[in-house]
Amino acid sequence: MRTLRTTARVLRQLTHDRRTIAMIVLVPCLLLVLLRYVFDDSPATFDRVGLVMLGVFPLVIMFLITSVAMLRERTSGTLERLLTTPIGKLDILLGYGLAFALAAAVQAALVSALAYLVLGLDAAGGAGLVVMLAIGNAVLGMALGLFFSAFARNEFQAVQFMPAVILPQALLCGLFVPREQMVGWLHAISDVLPMSYSVEALTEVGRHAEATSVMWRDAGIILAVAVVALLAGAATLRRRTG
Amino acid sequence: MTPAIQVTDLVVERGRRRVLHGLTAEIPRGAVTGLLGPSGSGKTTLMRCVVGVQRVASGTVRVLDAPAGSRALRSRVGYLTQSPSVYPDLTVRENLRYFASLYRTPDDTDEVTAVVGLSGAEHQLVRDLSGGQRARASLACALVGRPELLVLDEPTVGQDPVLRDELWRRFHALAHNGTTLLVSSHVMDEAARCDDLVLVRDGRIIAHDTPGAVRAAAGTDDLDEAFLRLIRDHEEVAS
Repeated sequence: MRTLRTTARVLRQLTHDRRTIAMIVLVPCLLLVLLRYVFDDSPATFDRVGLVMLGVFPLVIMFLITSVAMLRERTSGTLERLLTTPIGKLDILLGYGLAFALAAAVQAALVSALAYLVLGLDAAGGAGLVVMLAIGNAVLGMALGLFFSAFARNEFQAVQFMPAVILPQALLCGLFVPREQMVGWLHAISDVLPMSYSVEALTEVGRHAEATSVMWRDAGIILAVAVVALLAGAATLRRRTG
Repeated sequence: MTPAIQVTDLVVERGRRRVLHGLTAEIPRGAVTGLLGPSGSGKTTLMRCVVGVQRVASGTVRVLDAPAGSRALRSRVGYLTQSPSVYPDLTVRENLRYFASLYRTPDDTDEVTAVVGLSGAEHQLVRDLSGGQRARASLACALVGRPELLVLDEPTVGQDPVLRDELWRRFHALAHNGTTLLVSSHVMDEAARCDDLVLVRDGRIIAHDTPGAVRAAAGTDDLDEAFLRLIRDHEEVAS
């Protein structure tokens, strides 16, 4: 129950911040439109890259929003205050998780609708799978954000974790250079970065009409990493501090 | 009946610096105990030990017959942090509702809103409130859920004198009904309003008695002066 009450509280905070809501929804839409016209001459490239972006956007945006939101909770004293109440650490993390997952679902649905209906994105697989993977990626981004917020002392540092944590994954995930063509050590690194599996899963949906076993395996990996990051995040919530 | 709080040989270190030097004290139930001392004397650290969020080097703190910070205590202890810890992007009422929802007690948000004098402002976002109002919103969140022990870190700083008077009356009314209050302050005129006084300086307790007894021991009616004499006596003993 305390989890759901925390979810409701986080969503209520979001509703008082209309600009953030607008940015969650509009920024990925705008970027997708840009992408569509950058690849105006090559619809096949847009189909490939645009589809992958439907997973990358929620991951990046949720990472940023969650890490800053959690950092605020830590620095404003409300976290310390919460830890003196009967609430459990997992209630706090899952409460946040659920709230942002819900926001991510809305975002994913709207951005996917834009991609399919307006921008003419063409994928072999169903839109339902794309939305599901987009939500999965959002949950991953959120869990990573919750975890990495523990290592930031202030907002400046929290924002720097975006390029530090997300950009290397974007470079190595197979979007720019197929992972098979990378030198051995780069390929090995990309093997342990979760975004590689996000991109692979969405690429599978783009190529095959039915959900493939590789896609399900990748979805499983994304979820498993999210759960591990969430538990690691719970471990960083110390009741007693110096 | 055991005391509400039992502190035994409590040592706290922050970095390499020792901030509490083996404190021992017993805080009675159903009374208002004032924790007084200058800024940096260790008041907040001691309060953080009582609510169980401070890492302790050695010694023990028992609260309502359980180790401080243990799970069973979390629904029985209310804590006001020194700087307001409320969500600025929620209204006063939304903040209170959330904190109230974490306890199993009936919702008393309207009552505590009135107690802290925020009845007209409950639908305002906390970030739009004045500093004093924000502090009161935080205080209301600590009062919610009818805790048996209230640990209040400087609850009246920066408040209007009339409201301050009302709050102190309220603290005594709560104590009269059995609630234990530990209230910190660095203004001596509030010390006179406590049932029991703990004077802290440089991480050591230099006096623990009723205001009357502290005055008598120091041989002056003025608590400010009494505190000063106690410090000098203490330093002479130490050197």
